[in-house]
Amino acid sequence: MMGTDKTLTVLGATLLALVAAGFLLPDWAVFLLTLSLARGLVVLGLLILWRSGLVSFGQALFFGTGAYTVGLLVLFAGLRDIVALTVLAALAAGLLAWLVGLLLTGYRDIFFAMLSMAFSMILYGILVKTELLGSTDGFNVPHPTFLGYAPAGEKMRVSIYLWTALVSMAAAYGVHRHLSSTMGQLGAAIRDNEIRVEYLGASVRRVLLIQVIIAGALAGAGGAVTAFAVGHIDPDAMAYWTVSGEFVFVTILSGTGHILAPFLGSLLFELIRSFAFQYSPYTWQMVLGTSLLLIILFLPNGLWSLYARLRKGG
Amino acid sequence: MSTIGSSHPAARTLRSRLLARGILPGLLAGLLLLALGVPAGAQQTIKIGVVAYLSGAAAGPFGIPGRNGAEVLIDAINGGSLPAPYNTKGIGGAAIDAVFIDEAGSTTKQVEEYRNLVQRQNVDAVVGYISSGNCLAVAPVAEELKMLTVFFDCGTPRIFEDASYKYVFRTAAHSTMDNVAAAHYVAAKFPNIKGYTGINQNYAWGQDSWRDFELSMQLLMPKAKVTTAPLFPKLFAGQYSAEISALQASNSDVIHSSFWDGDLESFILQAAARGLPQRSTLVLTTGEANMFRLGAKMPDGIVIGGRGPYGVLARDTELNRWFQKTYADRYGTPPVYPSYQMAEAFLGVKVAYDKAAQRTAGKLPTREQAIAAFEHAQFEAFGTHINMALGNGHQAITETAYGLYKFDKSTGTASITDVVRFPAECVNPPVGAKSDDWVKGGLKGAKCK
Amino acid sequence: MLTFVAILVDGLIYSSWLFVVAVGLTLIFGVMKILNVAHGSLYAFGAYASASLIGAYFNAGWAPLGSFAVILLAALIIGVALGLLMERGLLRFMYGRDEVIIVLVTYAVFLILEDVIILIWGTSPYFAYQPYSLLGTASFGVLTFSNYDLALIGLSVFIGGLLWWGLTATRQGKMLQAVIHDREMALAFGIDVTRMFTITFVIGAVLGALGGAVTAPQISVTPGIGVEVIVIAFAVVVVGGMGSIPGAAVGALIVGMIRATAVHLIPQVELFVIYAVMSLVLAFRPKGLFSRAEARKI
Repeated sequence: MMGTDKTLTVLGATLLALVAAGFLLPDWAVFLLTLSLARGLVVLGLLILWRSGLVSFGQALFFGTGAYTVGLLVLFAGLRDIVALTVLAALAAGLLAWLVGLLLTGYRDIFFAMLSMAFSMILYGILVKTELLGSTDGFNVPHPTFLGYAPAGEKMRVSIYLWTALVSMAAAYGVHRHLSSTMGQLGAAIRDNEIRVEYLGASVRRVLLIQVIIAGALAGAGGAVTAFAVGHIDPDAMAYWTVSGEFVFVTILSGTGHILAPFLGSLLFELIRSFAFQYSPYTWQMVLGTSLLLIILFLPNGLWSLYARLRKGG
Repeated sequence: MSTIGSSHPAARTLRSRLLARGILPGLLAGLLLLALGVPAGAQQTIKIGVVAYLSGAAAGPFGIPGRNGAEVLIDAINGGSLPAPYNTKGIGGAAIDAVFIDEAGSTTKQVEEYRNLVQRQNVDAVVGYISSGNCLAVAPVAEELKMLTVFFDCGTPRIFEDASYKYVFRTAAHSTMDNVAAAHYVAAKFPNIKGYTGINQNYAWGQDSWRDFELSMQLLMPKAKVTTAPLFPKLFAGQYSAEISALQASNSDVIHSSFWDGDLESFILQAAARGLPQRSTLVLTTGEANMFRLGAKMPDGIVIGGRGPYGVLARDTELNRWFQKTYADRYGTPPVYPSYQMAEAFLGVKVAYDKAAQRTAGKLPTREQAIAAFEHAQFEAFGTHINMALGNGHQAITETAYGLYKFDKSTGTASITDVVRFPAECVNPPVGAKSDDWVKGGLKGAKCK
Repeated sequence: MLTFVAILVDGLIYSSWLFVVAVGLTLIFGVMKILNVAHGSLYAFGAYASASLIGAYFNAGWAPLGSFAVILLAALIIGVALGLLMERGLLRFMYGRDEVIIVLVTYAVFLILEDVIILIWGTSPYFAYQPYSLLGTASFGVLTFSNYDLALIGLSVFIGGLLWWGLTATRQGKMLQAVIHDREMALAFGIDVTRMFTITFVIGAVLGALGGAVTAPQISVTPGIGVEVIVIAFAVVVVGGMGSIPGAAVGALIVGMIRATAVHLIPQVELFVIYAVMSLVLAFRPKGLFSRAEARKI
């Protein structure tokens, strides 16, 4: 289902389409797209883990780490360059993922999920207690610069969006390469039967640890980008368990059919929620829940299965 | 993933039918069309986005009363039925067309919804926000989008102290006032206390409230000591049996709390059943909002504040009488402080536009003209006086008041006695000072009579 | 000495509450391997129903002590109605699917029920405080405890005992245990697993609703009380071992005691305590305290 040669073309074409959209679509749509792409980054990581049979309910840990790394670097180190900030955020999150992963990769199923959630809630607790960082009110993050270029107003919005699109497509390609590689394919094998994989001579712990690190770094990048786009960081938006829940929600919604699925699923989720908010301000949760149920019931393989079926149907 | 269930024949047929109708692509296309949709309306209306909690825990005590306050004011302004000097129709002559948005969700979500309000629904102004986090996040976006935004309830002093804004206003005083005044009241009414402590929710609001109260107490009542480490239970914990035991064991004369809504009510119910308010005096900085709901269940003698001169703590003026009557007639319950705050935010917008309209000879003023009129404005509100004195004319200061709760069982009415008022300049930081520094530095410059 | 008594009593009270709230969740997971996120909604529904019924009961002016029966009635009605609706109406179509998908289904149900609650009961809070002070108070020096809270300890012990007896001494209970151990084998022996599932889910739902119903007199019932409960219940269940009733009891006891200690001695860490305990327990016992040894299938 994942054609290696075609994927690069598809991603490239998507990137071009995204760039065009950035200049053609109204401002609010570009903002919505930026947030969707950022969330898609996190979901990419969850996709890798899901293929290996693991669901993390604690990606908010890395998402929050990425966001707060950006915030701290901007405020206390005066660093403003978006490239440096994104890379450093991803690195910080990846490092944390390595530390946490050493313990986490010993667990499976619901315990992996719960332990990951526990860690993210510990970070949340720390952030809430840290009055220096504004506790639950958080703090604002000034605009980044782009390798020396310092736009303002709408140009800045579009620049952040373009950077997000670039990072997302690059990450998608990277993840695609990983999943096509031997290590990536071992993930599916691990999900089916770990013990046999060990018999084959591969180290399950090692594969899972690397995947946790990749997922963590991706979530960190997603957090960084969100921090730039929203301009404000606080624990409730970045580290609370409901944020992790949202990521998992979108992961299931998208399915694992294609590397672009996380971004599409994220966009659809964003659209549904936004319109539910606007048109049924008193019952938007119900609308969201019902949509999710309908999709689970009728599209068990996520959104992408719909597209795949339409193509096959001709 | 296994898909055993989904390959059932009935499920397959249903799915094919759905797919045949292309529901999903159609849905997506429809949503996008709706989005790029309808442009803004006619000339002589001003579209205002109103943001408050319509769902979740903060809806009952704050969001819905706030929304109700907005509705009362919008109808009155459009119908010209406010008492003088506000009895002209509309703001600057234009009718208000309101759009209500739920404040629920994270700050990320609220920033997105704010942008949607401004760019998709094309509002001309935004009034709202209860959560300090949302206020902090939205303010820079308001500046970026050049949208007049009036905060009505959020309490953090940081908004106009961390940055300067041209397009953002707040027509209510911030939370420093609540806790400094609480300390003043305790010093005035309970001068001989020996020990105090606090129980506040474990997030910025609770932490800031305790800090301001404790620092003010150190200044105003240096002989009184903190008896035991203040408690910070989780927001929405709901169950305080362990905390109440700890408070009982501490033997404090005064217990400070900035609890609100369900947490406050649960705490009062549990504490009263175990006799805590009888032994220690509770000081509730937001107690006014829950007064009428708790009624007989709140014991007498509790110190109640309303985050300002609102509700039963407001002065008896014609404007106040009008507001109380109109609100109670419509909703069957008296207005509480969020209703007042929201109503006064709308009043502020009207004042700004009307004043600007005086100089434009009848044409609807531009946003910038209204803003210029709003800065440093001083106006009569519902039972008090609002002075946009801080934050370069964008942040209001008001007086405040505290009193003791009394419930009259024979008539079934709740009231507040022993009211002490504190002038605005006494309990708000002076122009140019940061609240934090002001409280830590000994409340310098405060004019308390 | 005073602090010690306070910690002990407060810890027991909180542990009892935790147990009542979490035991339904662990039962459902143990038998059906479903992590029911909507447990929070059942709790909230139980609380609202209890508050409404208690309000109506006292308005009708009947004997105050009977209000305790009303609480149980509320839990039964909600548990049976919602439990049957959820299990027969939705979940049974999902049994073959991935566990995570089922969690998401229950999450979707939770979202829907949150708004249903607001549609039925509105956003104003409900009070049902009368039963709370009916039983009076008990004093120990300067500490005063509400007997209602203390009665909760008795209730949770009773429920635990009842469940334990039901599972080990009755025929149905032993069949349920068989299903917990090995679903396929139980099916092979002719046990009607589908019916077991329905019964278990309804019992679990009743217990969840009971948690809310019993809490209603202590609090102001507002929208959103279900959300907080979910995480706490999960934590207790994970610590104790999924599907183990004694595990839920021990897990509740540990978390409750540690929290009471934190509140009295080091209030600053109270926020972390539950997660720290969970992480610690999982670090040493990866599947919770009372987990079964599972045979590895190769």
